[in-house]
Amino acid sequence: MPHLHRWLTAAALALAIPAAGQDKSAMDEIMKYRQMLEEGNPAELMELKGEELWTMPRGPKSTTLERCDLGLGPGKLDGAYAQLPRYFADTAKVQDAESRLVTCMVVLQGLTLEQASAGWYKPNSDIEALVTYVAAQSKGYKIDLQASHAKEAEMYAIGEEIFWRRSGPLDFSCATCHSLDDRRIRLQDLPNFQNPASAQSSMINWPAYRVSQSAVWTMERRLIDCIRQMRWPEPDFLSEAIVSLQVYLQRNANGGRMQGPGIKR
Amino acid sequence: MRTCILIAATFSAVAAPAFADEATRQRAEEVVRQSFSSATPQEWAERMQQDEAQALCSLYRNSPPPEVAEKIVSAQHRAMRYPDNGKLMGDWKEGEKLAAIGTGGHIGKLQPDPPGRRKGGNCYACHLIAPQEVAAGTIGPSLTAYGRLRGNSPETVKYTYEKIYNAQAYLACSLMPRFGHNGWLTPKEIADAVAFLLDPASPVNK
Repeated sequence: MPHLHRWLTAAALALAIPAAGQDKSAMDEIMKYRQMLEEGNPAELMELKGEELWTMPRGPKSTTLERCDLGLGPGKLDGAYAQLPRYFADTAKVQDAESRLVTCMVVLQGLTLEQASAGWYKPNSDIEALVTYVAAQSKGYKIDLQASHAKEAEMYAIGEEIFWRRSGPLDFSCATCHSLDDRRIRLQDLPNFQNPASAQSSMINWPAYRVSQSAVWTMERRLIDCIRQMRWPEPDFLSEAIVSLQVYLQRNANGGRMQGPGIKR
Repeated sequence: MRTCILIAATFSAVAAPAFADEATRQRAEEVVRQSFSSATPQEWAERMQQDEAQALCSLYRNSPPPEVAEKIVSAQHRAMRYPDNGKLMGDWKEGEKLAAIGTGGHIGKLQPDPPGRRKGGNCYACHLIAPQEVAAGTIGPSLTAYGRLRGNSPETVKYTYEKIYNAQAYLACSLMPRFGHNGWLTPKEIADAVAFLLDPASPVNK
C-alpha cells in the first residue's frame, strides 16, 4: 500500500506537467523517484547505521545505547517513537527522539552534549541514523500522544501558539502554508495540520529520505529548515520551540499508522 | 506591543475570544526567545519581534473579529507608499522575472543566501499567473488573465499596486506577505509586478 501511494504521487506529479514547457528539474526529480521505488528506500541504509550505533560501545563509559529509555522502559523500542515527544521524569522535560537520544548518549555513554549532537545538520549524521533506527521500530504502530502529563499539555499549547505565530519580513507562520486543505507551493502538496487525515498522511512518513537533499531528514531537521525558509533566524537544535511544534503536529496526527522511514521530495 | 495586548484584551471581552490565555502566550514567547539563541539583536528586531498586525493576526488565528480587522486595514492603509516618480505601472518583463525568483533573505548558518542576493516576489509559489508556467502554487487565487478581465483603468492600477504593496490594507490577516510595507520589494519593483499583471502585452493577458 505505501508503495502504491508513492507510485500514485509520482504519477500525479508526472501528469501535472504537460509535454510542452517541461520543467527539467521537476522531471529529474520524478525520474529519481521512480528509480528509488525500484531500488528500495535509501533510508534503510541509515536504519542499519543507526542500529550499529545503538549496539556499539561508545564514549568514555564505553557503553551501548541498549539501555536507553525512550519512554517505554530501558531498551524498549517497539512503538516508542509513535508516542514521542513525551515527558521524562529524569530530565523533567518533554523530549523528542533527538533530545532523548542525546540525553542517553550523555548519561549512559558519558559524551558531552556537544559531542552527542555534533554534526546534526550534516547529511547522514549519527543522530539522524539513530533517530531513523528508532523510528523504524515503530513501523505499524499508531501515533499516540495522549499529552496527559501537565507538561505535555503545556507543550502542546505552546506548539500551537508558535504554529500560528506570524513574524519576519514575509509575515509567515507555519499556518500560512499548513492550515488549508489541498494547497500547493509550486507543485509541492502541503499538508494541513488542522485536518487530522492530512496531518497523519504527513507525520507517518517521518523521518524521511528526501530526494532533493539526497539525505534522510528527521522531523527536527525538517522543522528547522521550514523556519529558515520562513526567513526567520535558525532555531536551536533540540530547542523547546522545535519540541513543542512536534508535540502539536504529532498529536494532531494521532491515530495515523507509522509507515517507517519514508521518501519525500 | 503593550498597547496591542491591551487592545486585544479589550476586544476579546466583547468580540470573538482569543484562542489562548495570556499565560500560555507569554510562556510561548519565552520559549521562542530561548530557542533562537543564535539570532543577533538586529535579526531578532527585524524578524522575530512582531508588529501590531502580526501580533493580532497570530492572536486571532488569521480570523480577526470585524472591529479588529477594520483597525488593521486602516492602519495598513495609512502606511502606504508609492514610487517617487508616481508611476504605478512599470516594466512587465521585469515583473515577470520577479514573479519567478524565490531566493533572497535566508539567514543563519545552514544555507544562508550570499549577501546582496536578489530578493524575488516568488509569486508563482502561491499563484497561477502566466498560463505557460504550470509549476504554480495554489495558496492564493489564480491571476491568469488578470488584466484582460479587469482592464487597466487608473483605479485598477492603483488597487493592484496597493494590494501587492500591502495585502492587509484590503484584507486583514491575508496570508500574502506585505511586500512593500515590509521592505521586501521596492515600490519600483512592485510597479513592475503590476505591469506583469495588467499590461495587455504581458503573457498573463495573452
